[in-house]
Formats: sequence, structure tokens, C-alpha cells
Amino acid sequence: MRTTSVPDRLAANSYVTDEEQPHIRVDQELARRTGCGDRLIAVCPAKVYSREADGTIGVEHAACLECGACLAVADPGVLEWTYPRGGFGVAFREG
Amino acid sequence: MTAEPDFDVVVVGAGIAGCVTAYRLAQAGRSVALVERGAAPGSKNLSGGVLYSRGLEEVFPDLLERAPIERRITRNYLQLLNAESAVGIDYQDRRLAEPVNAVTVLRARFDPWLAEQCEEAGADLLSGVRVDGVLREDGRVVGVRAGEDELRAHVVVAADGVNSFLARSAGLRGREPLHHLALGVKAVVALPEERLRERFHLTGDEGVAYAVVGDCTRGVGGGGFLYTNRASLSVGVVLRLDDLVAKGEDSAAVFDHFLAHPFVAPLLEGGEVVEYGSHLVAEGGLAMLGEVVTDGMVVVGDAAGLTINTGLTVRGMDLAVASGVAAASAVGRALDAGDTSRDGLAGYRRELLGSTAGRDLQTYAKAPAFLERERMYHDYGALLGDVLHRVYDHDLTPRRHLLDVARAELRRSPVRVRDLVRDGLAGVRAL
Repeated sequence: MRTTSVPDRLAANSYVTDEEQPHIRVDQELARRTGCGDRLIAVCPAKVYSREADGTIGVEHAACLECGACLAVADPGVLEWTYPRGGFGVAFREG
Repeated sequence: MTAEPDFDVVVVGAGIAGCVTAYRLAQAGRSVALVERGAAPGSKNLSGGVLYSRGLEEVFPDLLERAPIERRITRNYLQLLNAESAVGIDYQDRRLAEPVNAVTVLRARFDPWLAEQCEEAGADLLSGVRVDGVLREDGRVVGVRAGEDELRAHVVVAADGVNSFLARSAGLRGREPLHHLALGVKAVVALPEERLRERFHLTGDEGVAYAVVGDCTRGVGGGGFLYTNRASLSVGVVLRLDDLVAKGEDSAAVFDHFLAHPFVAPLLEGGEVVEYGSHLVAEGGLAMLGEVVTDGMVVVGDAAGLTINTGLTVRGMDLAVASGVAAASAVGRALDAGDTSRDGLAGYRRELLGSTAGRDLQTYAKAPAFLERERMYHDYGALLGDVLHRVYDHDLTPRRHLLDVARAELRRSPVRVRDLVRDGLAGVRAL
């Protein structure tokens, strides 16, 4: 099998993106103070989180696989993380 | 004044636990709402893929004829993976097919069938509705809140998965310790059916389940898996969250490493990734089973933390079935008695722990701690690989007896004899 990058793999998925209400928010100040940004970046298999040039944590919520791993490893308060609104988000066709 | 309930029971989450609970209660003539946040049942659900099916057959006797299952597992392959070698135990047995013991499923196909059975039994399926929390009155749960809407019921069943925001909202779950959770990362790799059968030595709808330990997780506690579906493979890794964080590893990179491993890549050759997903896995066993009952509410399946991992078998879906069966009967009795308080619903926990699945949970209570032993993931596989290398590699040195070879390799290995004894004893007790 040819090697695939994370974006390649995500491109095979089906998503209904909620453009109006992102379901993930990062408290940048708290993220900076606790230093948990690298943990979020490393744990997320969809690469939702990234390090921006200014040191803040970027969030690509549209790629989210809704597993909840980031919320489990984040310091309390850093993430505001809910499931997307009903019907939105990743829609598995295989599972 | 308290408003009249809209339903006898509101079940939140149309996965296996939710569907079994809803089906049983609807079948018994209760009014049931089955609420699912995905646009369709199954669209948010992901499992490794192996369902021990006997329990679900007690709920749906014609399950194997009618439900969209992938393959019957007749071959179990345990692989100890090293960087340069792999040692496998290949167990194939016709007795696993008669009667069928385990099947592979793809949840986006399987769960819609389950939800359809619930609807046929009379449950109202409400898809595309995200439940935000429980409704409380006088300290008891009286329904759920979804945006502006409220749904009231005598009993709420939280079947909303491992992250169970509902159980948190009701105060039944707190922040889970990281060693109770693992991250599953999985791809579905499409492969032509004929090629898949040839590659894995399968006939008809037989299937194989690989459990892989060792050099598939870059040293992170956990393992890999590979299961055959009808015309695809479910392949992935399960990584203990505490260890993943402690080692600073990147989950996607670990997944890449597993797929590209020289002893895994040939199995995927010619395949195409058609889906990529991730899911948290409850790993705490009995220790993770929290409060499952409060006034007006019960918690089932993953939401209750119900899984068993023995290293050889990984179970979750059959426990979801067992909890659904136990919850439905306890909720039914509570409704009959007109007492849906915590005491009135307390039969659920008793019935769950008394069921075969609940007893297994107690039998394997020490398994999670046993599986946290680091040596399990590299040293033993490497030791075995090195011993076998000495046995099979005729390098023109004189042969030695197997026991001498093993002793010599053990001396070279980081494993000490006392480790072997300790781990052996712990294994015997835990598994």
C-alpha cells in the first residue's frame, strides 16, 4: 500500500462541516501557561491542532474525528470541547 | 408542577448498548425515544471490529442471517512484533464457526440495522439530535435537553459512549484518570475480496483477527490489530493515553509506523485507505465501572466504562449488549413498580454484575494493571525472537540444546529470571 499522509486519509472521510459554530475553542492564555499545546498537537490523530507562527495553538475543527482524546489530556479549562451540533461533523461510512 | 413525561424512556445514543436497551423496552410495550446525534445511526460510531456475538444472538436470534456482519472469525493470530523479526501464534479452529463465536462488523453498516430493529419494535428514532445535558428537578433526572428542546421521561438511559457527557452532566462521572483510557487510531483499507481471502487463507465468509504486541506502537503501552472484513481490513493501534503523553509520541506517527512495519505492510499491499478514524477506548476494566445508576437514570455500554482487555481478547461490544439487557429488565421492573428512583433502579447494577459479562469483568479485574507491565511490549517478543533465531539460523556454529540457548538469550536480554517468574505469576492470576 502506498504511504498516505494524514490529510490524504482525512480526504477519504465524509464530513458535514459546521461553518457557523466551531465546536472546539482553546483558551490560548491558559494553554500557554500550562504548556499543554504540544500535548494536544501530538495526541490528535487528525492533526486538528497546530503551532501558529505567533506561538498560539491553531485549531482546524473541520478535521475532528470526535474521539475526545484532546479533551482527556488537556489541562482542565484549556479546551472548550463539545460534540458538533446534531448531524454535523464526521460521518463514518464504514466505522 | 412537574410536566408529564413525553416517553417512558429516553435512550441517548443509538450504538449497541443504546439499541439493545431501546429494543428490549420497546418490545415490552414501553414508549421509547432513541436519540442519536449522528445524521444516521452508526455515523458517529467506530469500533476495532470484533463482536463476540453469542450475547447479541440472545436478543436477535436471527442476527447472523439478517444483520450486515462482515466475516465469522475462525482464525486468531497473536503476533509478537520486533524490529527485525515477528513471532506468531496462529490459532485456527473450525469449532469457532459452529456455532459462530465472533464476527467482524463495520459500525456504520451494522448500527443502522440495529436501530431499524428498534423502530420496528416501536421505538421512535430521533437522528441528528445532539443531547446537551440532563434535565433535573428536585435532584432527580427527569429528561434531557437538546438545544431549545426538552424531552421528558421516567427514565433516561445514557448510552452516549466513552466520553459520556450525559453521565458527567448527571454527576456520575468525573475526569477519568489517563491510564483508564487508550486512543484507538484505525483505517479501513479496501482490498478485493478474492485477494483478501488468498492473503489470509480464508474460505467463504471466514475471517481472521490479529492481535499484535511489540514494535507496533514505538514503545507506547498498547498494541496493534488487524481484522478482515468482507472486502476490506480494519487496521490500527490502541495507545494508552498516559503512556502516549509520557513518551511524547505523536499518535499519527505511531499509526504510520505500524502500517509501514515490514511485517504488516505486505498484508496491506494493494489496498486503499477508504476511511480514517479514532476513538477513545475504556481500558480500566472493573476499576473504571463507575456509578451506573442515579435517580431517573442508568448508564450503559462505553458510557459506563465497560470493556475487558486481556491482551488476547478485547471486548466492548458484547459488554454493551449485556448492559443493555440488564438495564432494560431493571428499568422495566422499576417502571412497573412506579419507582424510578436510584433505589428503584438499583437492580440494574446487580443484574449487570451477575451476568456472564459482569462476572468476566470481575475475573479480569487485575488484567489492566498486568498489561501495564512494560516488558510485555518489547522484551518478551524480542527474547522469543532471539531464541528462535538461534534455533533456525544454522550459522556453522555447533548446535546447543534448546534449554542452553534459552538460558544464554535470557542472560543477554534485559529480562531477569525473577521478572519472568513475577510476570508469569501475575499473568496467571490476572488472566
